[in-house]
Amino acid sequence: MRSMIRSLVFVLLATLVVSHPAVAAVQVVTTTADLGALAQEIGGDRVTVTALARGYQDPHFVDPKPSFILSVSRADLLIVIGRELEIGWLPPLINSSRNAKIQPGGRGYLDASLNVKILEIPTGQITRAMGDVHPSGNPHYWLEPDNGRRIAQAIRDKLSALAPADQAYFTQRYNDFDARLADAQKRWNSTMAPFKGTKIVTYHRSWPNFTDYFGLDVMGYVEPKPGVPPSPTHTLELIADMKSQGAKLIIVEPYFDLKTAQSIANQVGGKVLVLAPSVGGAKEAIDYIKLFDYDINLLAANLKQVTGK
Amino acid sequence: MGPRVIRSVAIACALILTGTRVFAQEPPDVEALRVEVARLRQALEAVEAKLATLQVAPPSSAVPAGASKAFNPDTSVLANFVGVAGRNPASQQPALQLSEVEVAFQADVDPYARADFFLSAGPEGLEIEEGFVTFTTLPASLLLKVGKMRAQFGKVNALHTHRMPTADRPLVSENLFGGEEGLSDSGFSLSKLVPNSFMFLEATGEVFLGASNVFQTSKRSDLNYVGRLRAYHDLSEGSNIDLGSSVAFGPTNVGPDLNKRVVGLDATFRYKPLRRAIYRQFQARTELMWSHQEMPEAVHQDAFGLYGLGEYQFARRWYIGGRYDRSQRALDASIQDTGGSVFLTYWPSEFSQIRGQYRHTNYGDGVNADEVLFQFNFAIGAHGAHVF
Repeated sequence: MRSMIRSLVFVLLATLVVSHPAVAAVQVVTTTADLGALAQEIGGDRVTVTALARGYQDPHFVDPKPSFILSVSRADLLIVIGRELEIGWLPPLINSSRNAKIQPGGRGYLDASLNVKILEIPTGQITRAMGDVHPSGNPHYWLEPDNGRRIAQAIRDKLSALAPADQAYFTQRYNDFDARLADAQKRWNSTMAPFKGTKIVTYHRSWPNFTDYFGLDVMGYVEPKPGVPPSPTHTLELIADMKSQGAKLIIVEPYFDLKTAQSIANQVGGKVLVLAPSVGGAKEAIDYIKLFDYDINLLAANLKQVTGK
Repeated sequence: MGPRVIRSVAIACALILTGTRVFAQEPPDVEALRVEVARLRQALEAVEAKLATLQVAPPSSAVPAGASKAFNPDTSVLANFVGVAGRNPASQQPALQLSEVEVAFQADVDPYARADFFLSAGPEGLEIEEGFVTFTTLPASLLLKVGKMRAQFGKVNALHTHRMPTADRPLVSENLFGGEEGLSDSGFSLSKLVPNSFMFLEATGEVFLGASNVFQTSKRSDLNYVGRLRAYHDLSEGSNIDLGSSVAFGPTNVGPDLNKRVVGLDATFRYKPLRRAIYRQFQARTELMWSHQEMPEAVHQDAFGLYGLGEYQFARRWYIGGRYDRSQRALDASIQDTGGSVFLTYWPSEFSQIRGQYRHTNYGDGVNADEVLFQFNFAIGAHGAHVF
């Protein structure tokens, strides 16, 4: 009888152990695919990552769908771009998530912008007459490899705090990512070196960190003001400026209409180039390093054509 | 300037260090010195490398201007200006009117709750349109709101005027569910996510005082109740379906102890291709309502109404749509009003919209109306993002 009880207890315990694995994966939800890719780099198989916005979607305008509420409600860690990029859609998701862990200021909330290099922080009074100006700086900061490294560091530290048993694992994965990124940076820097100082135009102000890092000179934007669609007057001024300054290349995000950019390019004898602003923005851009591989290769080939270097 | 100074200081320090070491170790051996210099060179390189990374990364977490106002709530003012032209003997709507100015204050209360206040000023005066606290960190997937709020009955009732796709509310809202103001009252709202692996499922239960356009109480014990079940499912990354069923029950001022019950069904289909999300989208929605009103002399009135609405975005700033309306009247179901509208909306930016609407109405008592409505909506300040 006693042995029967003992075996029953054993079976029960065994079932418990099997049904509740000692190490449960940390549920990570990120607002963008770039943060998702970086979380996957660091978290490996100890995390399950869900990215809300797709890489080919305008990250300013994402619908706060109830299916996203479900994802956020189950998250152990929510990683956001911050700097008001998601102001139009993230707050209702957090409010409806019923998840105390990921509320701003909570243990499971990580604003990836806190330790990175932020450009275009407005000084002085700003108004909506200036278009969609972000009061705390340009939120498209992930398009700079050094910032990618800093985000990865923040993710490593946060994951280590949430799952201390896996700290060594996360550190090792970060070190590995850091080394691969450093190698890639050498490659990208040398590919882009001949084009330092080349004047280009971008559609939206999505690329300041990218162009700053690689030494490109953005002399104008297809949008007259951030978030404001192209206007005829501004387009004419831009064409004149591009002609006088010899700018030939217009970089466009995959979610904008190409018509205006294409007609400007035709006028100045230049080219329109659609680059991926995020992981998943192009088929080949499947992770953070491949995103830059894709953009740099395409950009260098096109800069070569228009500059003849 | 900066890096050069630091470098010279580093070299000077290195020399001083070398000096002390040389005097400390005697006799000075050339080989030892060489090792020492190599070691120092290494140290210097490390310092320079560190310096270089610091130069690359002055982590600029600069505090934006206005930090002293950090705890002020997000404040916004939204205005709704409506004009109407054409003949409608059944309507008192003035030709031109700033029909509503809404002032919103929204902020977190503390780590456990947030508060939203919407004060509405109109020709009738200033009133609290909504003012409630939301407890966001309750256990068991619960969300509790306390205060005055729009009831979660169907879709249109929960929408503020500036979020309506049209310059008016559908006939069914006007006839069966309190019109513009709808069911907005003081009470509690508790909702819960129902866990399942197929879809988003949310159940909401609400209790209100009974001082709204839909329910009126005369006794403290006669409250009114609302229940809603909402199911949502993504059909693809760009399309989804949103279904809801609602019920509301409570006392009315038709007579003592005469209650009203309204049952509603709503369905919404949305399509928005993600790559072109800022240029194209389509939405189709319908709401059906069954009203059961107890009447004096034991004859109750069962009235039914519905609307169907479609809206298509055909350019970055342009939307076009149409709506079909049909509704019996709550207190006399033998009278049925029908109508239809087409509307065109231009959005100069996210913060303003200009709308034109043509509306035809056949009132059940024999009056016909053809009207043109136009509407200007505009907002200033920081207005919190809306729920989907």
